[in-house]
Amino acid sequence: MVLEFKDEGIYCPSGDFYIDPWRPVERALITHGHADHARWGHRYYLATEAAGPVMRHRLGDIALDGIAFGEKRQIGDAIVTFHPAGHVPGSAQIRVEHRGEVWVVSGDYKTVADRLSEPFEPVRCHAFITECTFGLPVFDWEDDAILSAQLNTWWQTCRDNGQHAAIGAYSLGKAQRVMTMVDPSIGPILTHGAVENTNEVLRAQGVPLPASVRVTRDTDVKATPGALIIAPPSALAGSWLRKFGSVSTGIASGWMRLRGVRRRRAAERGFVISDHADWRGLNDAIRETGAERVFATHGYTATFKDWLTEQGYDAAVVETEYEGDALDAADTDADAPTEAETVT
Amino acid sequence: MKDFANLFTTLDQTTKTTAKTAALSAYFKQAAPEDRLWTIALLSGRRPKRTVTATRLAEWAAERASLPDWLFRASYDVVGDLAETIHLMVPPAAQSVDRSLSAWVAEIRALATAEEADKRSAILSAWDQLEGAERFVFNKLITGGFRVGVSQKLMTRALASATDIPEAELAHRLMGNWTPDTTTYESLILAPDPAADQSRPYPFCLAHGVDGDPDDLGPPEEWLAEWKWDGIRGQLILRGGTHHLWSRGEELITHRFPELARALDFLPDGTVLDGEILAWDPEKQVPQSFAALQKRIGRKTVPKKLLAEAPAVLRAYDLLEAEGVDVRARPFAERRAMLETLLADLPPEAPVHLSPVVPFTDWATLADVRAGARDAQAEGLMLKRRSSPYHVGRKKGDWWKWKLEPLTIDAVMIYAQAGHGRRANLYTDFTFAVAKDNELVPFTKAYSGLTDAEFRKITAWVRKNTLARFGPVRQVPPEQVFEIGFEGIQRSTRHKSGIALRFPRMLRWRQDKPVSEINTHADLLEMLETYG
Ligand SMILES: [Zn+2]
Ligand SMILES: [Zn+2]
Repeated sequence: MVLEFKDEGIYCPSGDFYIDPWRPVERALITHGHADHARWGHRYYLATEAAGPVMRHRLGDIALDGIAFGEKRQIGDAIVTFHPAGHVPGSAQIRVEHRGEVWVVSGDYKTVADRLSEPFEPVRCHAFITECTFGLPVFDWEDDAILSAQLNTWWQTCRDNGQHAAIGAYSLGKAQRVMTMVDPSIGPILTHGAVENTNEVLRAQGVPLPASVRVTRDTDVKATPGALIIAPPSALAGSWLRKFGSVSTGIASGWMRLRGVRRRRAAERGFVISDHADWRGLNDAIRETGAERVFATHGYTATFKDWLTEQGYDAAVVETEYEGDALDAADTDADAPTEAETVT
Repeated sequence: MKDFANLFTTLDQTTKTTAKTAALSAYFKQAAPEDRLWTIALLSGRRPKRTVTATRLAEWAAERASLPDWLFRASYDVVGDLAETIHLMVPPAAQSVDRSLSAWVAEIRALATAEEADKRSAILSAWDQLEGAERFVFNKLITGGFRVGVSQKLMTRALASATDIPEAELAHRLMGNWTPDTTTYESLILAPDPAADQSRPYPFCLAHGVDGDPDDLGPPEEWLAEWKWDGIRGQLILRGGTHHLWSRGEELITHRFPELARALDFLPDGTVLDGEILAWDPEKQVPQSFAALQKRIGRKTVPKKLLAEAPAVLRAYDLLEAEGVDVRARPFAERRAMLETLLADLPPEAPVHLSPVVPFTDWATLADVRAGARDAQAEGLMLKRRSSPYHVGRKKGDWWKWKLEPLTIDAVMIYAQAGHGRRANLYTDFTFAVAKDNELVPFTKAYSGLTDAEFRKITAWVRKNTLARFGPVRQVPPEQVFEIGFEGIQRSTRHKSGIALRFPRMLRWRQDKPVSEINTHADLLEMLETYG
C-alpha cells in the first residue's frame, strides 16, 4: 500500500509522512487551509505556495515549506506532486508514487472552474481517495453564470427596496467566490472582519478580488445604502447584523439545495454555491483518474461506496475526521472565525 | 401554474408576515376565480386526495433519473421529503407548458380512476412539462403534502385585503364543509347565502398558555375559571332540525358520536355550543380518561359495546348561537348565564352537560385547586375574562389555559432517526428506555422539545457513535439522558414496557446526569398506578 489509514490520518510508510492528519505528527502534507485539513500542532508542514499564506494566517508561526503545483519532490522512497483541486485558492490534490504505483488524495475538490481557484486537474492513478461531501444525486449545481445572475438580481432588488443584502459565506473560499461572482457596480461590498482578514492575505499574494470594506465599530451604515454584506454564516444569526437595519439574508452553500436546510437556517434566500464537486463532478473526476480502487471520505460515504461498487470499482469507506463542510458541523467548527477575528 | 409557483416561491423566500400577506393579496387580485378558490382550499388544508402511491412515484422518478431504486431511497432519507427528492433527481423539463393551477389539480384528481400505465405516462409527461418551482408544487400536490408557511389566519388576512371584506367575516365564510367542487369563489367569498350551509361552524376561539404567574392577569373578580378537560374540543350545531358536530381541526365528526343526536330532543333549534367531547362514566358521573375516548376516535361507526362502555357527552362551556342569532360579540359572563339557563333543567340522560365554573376569590386559592386537577380528570384550568367576546382564533389576552406541569421521567436514548421537513438530515426522533434490573426497556419515542442547536449537537454525536443501522434508524450507546415530559400514562398491551404515554416530549437534555441515575420501569408502573 502506498498509503495507509491510521489513527492520526492518511499515512505514507515509504515517505514517513501524513496527508491532512487530524492528530499532531512529525511531517504533514496539507491539501488546503480549511481547519479540518490544516490542523495545528505538526512539526513540519508542506503545502502549495498559494495555500501557504492562509495557513500561516490561521495557524501562526509554523514550520511550513512551500511547493509549486506540478513540482516533483522526493520524500524518503516516495515521489510527491501537488495538483490543483479547484476548491479554494492554493488547494491541491496530492499525488504519491512509490515503485510505479500511484495514489492520489483529493482533499476537497470542485471540478468546474470558477474565477477564483486554480482549475481542477484530473490526475491518473491506481487508487483515489476522494471526498464525497455532496455524494448523492440530488446535488446538482447550476452554471456560475446562472448563479451570478441570481445573486445580482437579489442584490439589486434589495438595493431598490432600500435594504442591505447580507450573505453568509465561509471566510476562506466561499466569501471570495461570491465576490468574484457579483457585479461590483451594483454597490459597495462590506465584509465581516473574518472575511476581510482572508481577503487581505489573498490580495497580498496576488489573487484578484473586487474592492471591499471591512465593517468595524465605526462603520456608518447610512453611508452605504444597498451594500452587499459578506459574513461567515454564524455571524448572520447573531447580533452582528443588527446595526444594518432592514436586511435581506442569504446563505451561499451547496446545502441550500435542500429546502429543509435553508428553512432551518432561517435565511430568506439560499444560493446553491459550493466549492465542492456535485454528484456529476464526483463521478466524472473518479472516472478520469482511471483508478480501480476508490476510497470515500467525508460525506455520504456508505451510500457513495455502494454506488461505486455497483459501477464496478473496488470501493471502500475510510473513516476520517474531516468535516469541513459537513452539514451543520461547518457553522460551528471548521470555519468559525478565531477569537481575534471576531472583533469588528 | 406559473403564477401560483411564483407565489409559492415568494412565500417560501420570506420570513416576514407583511411580505407574505402582500404577495398573497396581489395573487388573489389577479388570479382566475377557479385558481383563487383552489388556492384558498389548499391553504386551508383542503388538499386533493393522493391518487398515486408514494412507492410508484419513487419508482418512476428513479427510472426517469436512470438511477437504482435504492439510491433514490437513500437520497430520500437525506432530503426528508418525497416531492422534493423527486424534484431534485428528475432531469429538468424539456417542454414548457402553461396550464392553470386548477387544470393541474383536475388532472391529478382524474388519475384516481386511471389504469396504472396511464398514471405513469401522465406523471412522466407532467414532470417533463413543469419548470422549476412548478414541478415542486405539482409533486407536493400529488403526494398530498402541500403545505406552505402560511397559516389560515394569514391567508384570511390577505384575502380580506384583496376583497375589502372584514377578516372575521371571511374567517366564518371559510369554515365548514365546502370543497372546490361544492362551491364557487363567488358564492363562497363574495356573496354567500347564510342559509346555504346549515352545518357551517364558527371559527373556534383559542387560548394561550399562562406564562408565569396568573397574578399578572389582574383582579380575580374579572375572571371565570373552568376545568380544562382532556378530551376533544367540539362545536355542536343544532339548526334546521338536524345536528352537526365539528372538531377543532374543522373535521366533521357527527357520525363518530351518535349519542349527540339526542341533543335535538332537549335543546331548541338554532343553538350552537362550544365544549369538550368526553367519554363519560355514567355510574360515577365523572369523565373517563382520554384513553377511553381514544377508542372512539378514528372509527366511522361505533360498535354497541363501545357505546355502552364509553358513551360520549359534550361538556358545554360556551354559547355561540341562541335562537338562531350569533351571540359571539356579547360578554362571556352573559353568554355563560344564557348557557346555564339553557342547560339548567336537562335530565341526566341528556348528552350535553354544563361544564361547571370553578369558584375562587384569589389566585393563590385557585393555584391550590389547579394542583388537584388530575383528581378531577382535568389537565388544568381555563381562565376566561368575564367581559370578553368569543374571539376568532388565537387572540392573546382574554382566554388562558393554565395547565398542570407535565409528569416527568429521566430516560436514556437508545435509537435515533432523522426528522423530516426543516429537520431533515438532523437526528430528531429518539427512542428512550428506562432501567429494569440490568436491562433497558424501551418505553416511548419523542421528537420535539429541543432547540435546533441541541439537535445539531446530538446529531453530531449520533453520527460519531452509531453502533448499528437499521435503515434510517441508528442504534446508539445508552449514554445520553433526557428528561421526558408527558401529559398522561396508560396501560398498553402493544408495547413491551406495558405502558403508553400521552404527548411525550423532551423537556431537557440532562448532560449532567449519568445513565446510572435514570428512572426505572418500576417507577413507570408506579406512575401508571397513580395517574393511569
Ligand atoms: Zn475544504
Ligand atoms: Zn474537507
